[in-house]
Amino acid sequence: MASRAYSIRSLLRNAWSFQEEWERAWRSPEPASDYDAVIVGGGGHGLAAGYYLAREFGVRRVAVLERSWIGSGNSGRNTQVVRSNYYYPESAALYEFSLVLFERLTRELGFNVMLRQGGHVRLIHDPHDLEVARASCNAIRLNGIDARIIGREELGRLVPCLDLSPRCRFPVRGGLIQERGGIARHDAVVWAYARAADAAGVDIVQDCQVQGFRRDGGGICAVETSRGLIRTARVGLCVAGNSSTLAGLAGFRLPIVNSALQAMVSEPVKPLFDPVVSSGRIHVYVSQSDRGELVIGGGTDHLPSQAQRGDFRITAEVVEALVELFPVFSRLRLMRQWAGTVDITPDRSPILGAAPTRGIVLDCGWGTGGYKATPAAGYLLAHHLATGRPHDLAAPFALSRFREGRMVDESAAAGVSH
Amino acid sequence: MLLIPCPWCGPRGHEEFTFGDAADKRRPAQPQRCDDDTWAEFLYGPQNPPAGGRYLVCHSLACGLWFAVDFDTSSHELTDSRPLGGRDGGRTA
Repeated sequence: MASRAYSIRSLLRNAWSFQEEWERAWRSPEPASDYDAVIVGGGGHGLAAGYYLAREFGVRRVAVLERSWIGSGNSGRNTQVVRSNYYYPESAALYEFSLVLFERLTRELGFNVMLRQGGHVRLIHDPHDLEVARASCNAIRLNGIDARIIGREELGRLVPCLDLSPRCRFPVRGGLIQERGGIARHDAVVWAYARAADAAGVDIVQDCQVQGFRRDGGGICAVETSRGLIRTARVGLCVAGNSSTLAGLAGFRLPIVNSALQAMVSEPVKPLFDPVVSSGRIHVYVSQSDRGELVIGGGTDHLPSQAQRGDFRITAEVVEALVELFPVFSRLRLMRQWAGTVDITPDRSPILGAAPTRGIVLDCGWGTGGYKATPAAGYLLAHHLATGRPHDLAAPFALSRFREGRMVDESAAAGVSH
Repeated sequence: MLLIPCPWCGPRGHEEFTFGDAADKRRPAQPQRCDDDTWAEFLYGPQNPPAGGRYLVCHSLACGLWFAVDFDTSSHELTDSRPLGGRDGGRTA
């Protein structure tokens, strides 16, 4: 690892050789015939799980299997938002753990994930929003997480281009801010974990589709892939929109419905504002990336979908809401628009822990908010695979909660996008 | 925009419709007597039918009636739309 660390010396050395001798950040090994643990899904969650399994839990032979290329699914299709301002204590503990890991990630992995904690603001438009924001603010602070209600003046200083005039159709009266919220570059998170996992000895096998599972007396004994049979007794499943499909292959079913969640970016402009600004009332959120592009998102599409493309009507609604809040953006052109397949559970909280098929550990159902949980999801999955039991933070999110009526009902507690 | 043929109103834009569960889902005949697993399976059970599966759809912004469609969530291809069974094609509950 030390020889591969990025530093001022490696920069100078490679400048001297015209940048042509950088070594690859991770290997592309042939899959071995058996592993101690196999992670299915080479997104941020899967690569983080591989990294923590090898580094923190000392599991030696680990493979991360990816059907396409790493980070090609939702890890590369989200809007990069990180925050932990959640209402329920179970969720708050989970996402706060994740945010704390994010805060150390660049240093720990030796790779700049470009975390920028410029704040996350939920707009308050009317007295009802204010009531909800007050209740949320109190709940979040009782969960030990920073939150504060700010008035129009402070909001105006933070986000100078926001329309704060009373003539606005949904006048803005203030906001609920988490100052430690912000954005971290999503591709960098994937690459940082991939590089660190590889350095710790994890095999990252791309272009390797899982086609079936072999069982032996009820438990998993092997994974059938497009690159041959891989024997293992422990499988971590973190495949977001494909969770129902792979669960079907493994012989169980999940309470998940898929939908498309889209996002878009504008052409780049000079730095305008730091925080992520969101409005649950009119279904839009926006941040400005370090490249100057506005990164824009909203609610999910209305159709069940696994097509990874968004409905234009939703695109139009999101843009209308954005221009309503920021008239100054009305002349900006959109550069790209895309969609990811999100896996939504009945209570909009993730499903973590043992699957009905012995040997499989689930990390799915993150719905519209899986990116911000990347480090925590990886750590908790690794913990369960290594120790055979759920971490305390993951226990409330077991699949059995639906049968037991023990929801973590973020669908009722959160705004539109979480 | 996806056009969905409502058996009663004809083809309309998909924003008029609300998708429900997989069409083969059945309410347990005697909810008071079934065990927790059966009831939980009915309440929260799989809502993603296999690719090309059949969904229940409600024409919520128009006639309000439920019907069934064959819909492929990967290609967005809609191959069949039909009224539900029953005496009057599902016009009444």
